[in-house]
Amino acid sequence: MKSSKLVTSFSEAVSDIQDGATLIVGGFGLCGIPEHSIQALKEQGTKDLTVVSNNCGVDDWGLGLLLANKQIKKMVSSYVGENKIFEQQFLSGELEVELTPQGTLAERIRAGGAGIPGFYTATGIGTPIAEGKEVKEFDGKTYLLERGIVGDFALVKAWKADTLGNLVYRKTSRNFNPLAAMAGKITIAEVEEIVEAGELNPDEIHTPGIYVQRILVGTNYQKRIERRTVVHA
Amino acid sequence: MRDTRLTIVKRAVQEIKDGMNVNLGIGMPTLVANEIPQDFNVLLQSENGLLGIGPYPIDGQEDPDLINAGKETITTVPGSSFFDSAESFAMIRGGHIDLAILGGMEVSENGDLANWMIPGKMVKGMGGAMDLVNGAKRVVVIMEHVNKHGESKIKKECSLPLTGKQVVHRLITDLAVFDFTPDGMVLIETASGVTVEEVKQKTEATFTLSPLLLEVQ
Repeated sequence: MKSSKLVTSFSEAVSDIQDGATLIVGGFGLCGIPEHSIQALKEQGTKDLTVVSNNCGVDDWGLGLLLANKQIKKMVSSYVGENKIFEQQFLSGELEVELTPQGTLAERIRAGGAGIPGFYTATGIGTPIAEGKEVKEFDGKTYLLERGIVGDFALVKAWKADTLGNLVYRKTSRNFNPLAAMAGKITIAEVEEIVEAGELNPDEIHTPGIYVQRILVGTNYQKRIERRTVVHA
Repeated sequence: MRDTRLTIVKRAVQEIKDGMNVNLGIGMPTLVANEIPQDFNVLLQSENGLLGIGPYPIDGQEDPDLINAGKETITTVPGSSFFDSAESFAMIRGGHIDLAILGGMEVSENGDLANWMIPGKMVKGMGGAMDLVNGAKRVVVIMEHVNKHGESKIKKECSLPLTGKQVVHRLITDLAVFDFTPDGMVLIETASGVTVEEVKQKTEATFTLSPLLLEVQ
């Protein structure tokens, strides 16, 4: 089957991402990040981006590349402790940051993709992140209102795709990727291998292709490891 | 490992019962995993999307697609499962995790926890801590009793921004174990060789003594 979702180059895949766009980017730390799409965005130089992603890479890899290149205006993340450039830009006021508890962030993205504009959670009650948020009691317990997130684009990394954009992830590189895929108006999925439609077992597909608009294969994935912890045999 | 940390970790592992699903925080709580009895069926959850964390991989067998929440390379145990981050926090928020063991910067006498931010210094973010303290069935905090200046980390009220309000069930330090009850903070154990007097002297918070108070030998 001929697929209209296949894109041949990363520069083409990200070419219509405009200055000021909101991007939802998959990955946890450096695990399962869309390496090549980030690199292409760096080369394109798109600015004033709002990036929703659990982390912001490290100084010289992942989303840290866009930060170093001053392409990011605002980050929505749960943990940004691995990045010195982040610290500098945040303290100087160049970079706006919305810290969001990790589970709340995941659910905000999932909800956005599922057409749910907001939801109540107990996470954050009594803490600084509750400031200014609507609260409501359910069954005697207090919850606060969190908003769903939708992105102009989502950048995701999967292990395998078929030509219709059905995606399968590998191990813990799944993390935020399926949620990001749901919440992008245009979702760009980069993968290690593309197979013909029908070759993936329908029972084993993690992200149905309906969420994915563009697919392309990346080569020579670096898959950097942040903390190599091993035992010696 | 320093003696104080070893004392805390050895005591903390006693909180884990056979059959539990447990989330261990980053840092000292991660060390508790090494002390879990071999014959226990315990599944450790990693909030980036794994139930069933195994030991660190053998050198050369590390897999960049398989890490824990501290971004360390790991392995899986038989019966483990992978899932996305929303599912992971559904497990946490939905009360399916039996026990979370987390580190702390400050704990107050009413069970408030602060462990994510020091104003004026770099703010790294809360990660999954706020979700865990509100979602896990039981929250145990482990930390050193006093800071490096010798000041009590157990406060009448936390001075740092909170991670959660009235969320701690039990606090384990190198000197003592406290429970947080509707009647306030209760001292239930002192570490070996530690007197109640010493605990009182090093604790800013007000607490009562459990009638079953014991000194660990």
